[in-house]
Amino acid sequence: MADQNVAAAVQRAQTPPTGPIQRFLAATELDTRLIGMVGALALIWIGFHILSGGIFLTPRNLWNLSVQSSSIAVMATGMVLVIVTRNIDLSVGSILGVLGMVMGVLQAQILPAYLGFGNPMIWVIALGAGIVVGMGIGALQGVIIAYLGVPAFIVTLGGYLVWRGAAWWVTSGRTVAPLDATFQLMGGGPTGAIGFFWSWMVAALICVGILAIILFNRQQRRRFHFPLRPVWAEMVLAALGCGITIAAVWTVNAYPWPIRVAATYAKAHDIPVPEGGLIIPTGIAVPVLIALGCGIAMTFVATRTRFGRYVFAMGGNPEAAELAGINTRWVTVKIFILMGALCAIAAAISSARLNAATNALGTLDELYTIAAAVIGGTSLSGGVGTIVGAMIGALVMQSLQSGMVLMGLDSPLQSIVVGAVLVLAVWLDTLYRRKAN
Amino acid sequence: MLDRKTPLVEMIDISVSFGGLKAVEDASVDLYPGEVVALLGHNGAGKSTLIKVLSGAYKRDRGTIRIDGQEAAIANPRDAKAYGIETIYQQLAVADNVDAAANLFLGRELTTAIGTLDDAAMEAKAREVMGRLNPNFRRFKEPVKALSGGQRQSVAIARAILFNARILIMDEPTAALGPQETAQVGDLIRQLKSEGIGIFLISHDIHDVFDLADRVCVMKNGQVVGTAATSDVTKDEVLGMIILGKVPPGATAGPGALKA
Repeated sequence: MADQNVAAAVQRAQTPPTGPIQRFLAATELDTRLIGMVGALALIWIGFHILSGGIFLTPRNLWNLSVQSSSIAVMATGMVLVIVTRNIDLSVGSILGVLGMVMGVLQAQILPAYLGFGNPMIWVIALGAGIVVGMGIGALQGVIIAYLGVPAFIVTLGGYLVWRGAAWWVTSGRTVAPLDATFQLMGGGPTGAIGFFWSWMVAALICVGILAIILFNRQQRRRFHFPLRPVWAEMVLAALGCGITIAAVWTVNAYPWPIRVAATYAKAHDIPVPEGGLIIPTGIAVPVLIALGCGIAMTFVATRTRFGRYVFAMGGNPEAAELAGINTRWVTVKIFILMGALCAIAAAISSARLNAATNALGTLDELYTIAAAVIGGTSLSGGVGTIVGAMIGALVMQSLQSGMVLMGLDSPLQSIVVGAVLVLAVWLDTLYRRKAN
Repeated sequence: MLDRKTPLVEMIDISVSFGGLKAVEDASVDLYPGEVVALLGHNGAGKSTLIKVLSGAYKRDRGTIRIDGQEAAIANPRDAKAYGIETIYQQLAVADNVDAAANLFLGRELTTAIGTLDDAAMEAKAREVMGRLNPNFRRFKEPVKALSGGQRQSVAIARAILFNARILIMDEPTAALGPQETAQVGDLIRQLKSEGIGIFLISHDIHDVFDLADRVCVMKNGQVVGTAATSDVTKDEVLGMIILGKVPPGATAGPGALKA
């Protein structure tokens, strides 16, 4: 969609493809910004791999990285829409905190009294309630922003304090643990992954999906006699998409269960442990699947629905959107409702990963979420941003942190580096945009 | 050519004030099908404010709007569109970051059977309409930001005619354009007029619009100075109305006319 790669499109228009690289980019219509970001991620990974003495690019670390990025990635998909419409949400970390507490109390203290411990419906009801409360909080903030005209910065700054306070209030600060066994699967961990077979099934599904989308787009273009991409370019795109999917699934399947977990499992299921330990591939973690699902759903919403179109139009020119007859206030409220629901999903992932709901859960997450969206190419001046960019942004942030931990850097130094990288990334992006214009 | 039976639009005794400031006071103006009426006046004379009441962007304090002789309730831009009123704004109200097709259909997107955006169908329709207006237009995939002033203007006009506007409001339609593009917009206005569309042209420069308009309506200090058919007055007389508020013999005086 053109609204998301303004700079790339402008560049394409001004310089007719000359060299092989330009020809390749023009034919595949790939977003150069996105390629740049993937390149930066690759640099970070290779850099840390060398600096950490070869322990960064291992299945184990990459698997952990994928799980650690999930919560922020989920919230970043919503933050893109918030920032695209020239708003900001400083309250997502606190909302995550209060929703984690609400879901924790519900599943650990209230529901077992009625349904009994371990009832398979507990996690569904807890997550559902969390999403409903999250949507309610989002709606409240959205209405104040859109209809009462208080700037989003102030409303969500207030929300930052209010919801953090509310998180404390739910149990007067006590930590809620342990959580429901099924709910815990949402946090990952060896049992919270889908295993070898299903991971490959997901990979197959994604590959089929990629091919279907490419074919469908080609058919649509033919139907209206638009210029088609060259066949080789379509093949390259398909190969790239499927290749990345297969490589990712191969990596997570190459990470076996920790020996002790596998041993416990073998004992419980009466499986003989072979010489050298039982090797059980972990596969894709549940939180990663959830994040991927959110990413796909939000990309669909942003690019294929009227709502998404309005969000980007409002970001580009709020007055024009209003004059075009768009109910801009209601669209704003809907964005914040969506953000609230995503906070609930992120809260489920974070609390399940800890196997506890604490009132400090999600502290500073608002800043990481905003940083992920911005590193991922979302413009604070509105109108520009992609969901996939923000998710890669979340991965970049988490890679930096995880890499520095592996290198044994002190925690204060880590903050300094992350902060500096954020500023550097936005500066580079500004340069890129200026050059593109 | 002018059908004097029922006016397409009648705005009667419209008043708008911002705080204590009376931006428009008891202004009346009408428009017939296939007619071009130029609203003239200095910056701040109230012409844009008056017309924004019709397009639903501003609320009026007093006054009546009739469309086809029927009283019309216009409280926001959506209401105005329901009456077939389309506005092309001075500041070229297009969303800069989306492409031409998205702008053409903004607020009224075509969707597929399952409710998703049908971009291909919208682009096909956009190519058709733009082909009629501006055959040289090729840049469908690019955000409007990358287009020239004339191209953006043609996108804005295409947007209005795409939805079968009956009443078109053009606020300084040629202010941002070069001579060739201005001529292009002039041809377009004549074409729309021949299709029976009523057009309000708003301008502070009489030379831009005098040859295109059937009638002029001059405003000064928020009031209507007078209205005249362009065949009954000269450019100099209209300038006198704009600058001094002096009404020539060929014009009908309004409440804002200079009292002799």
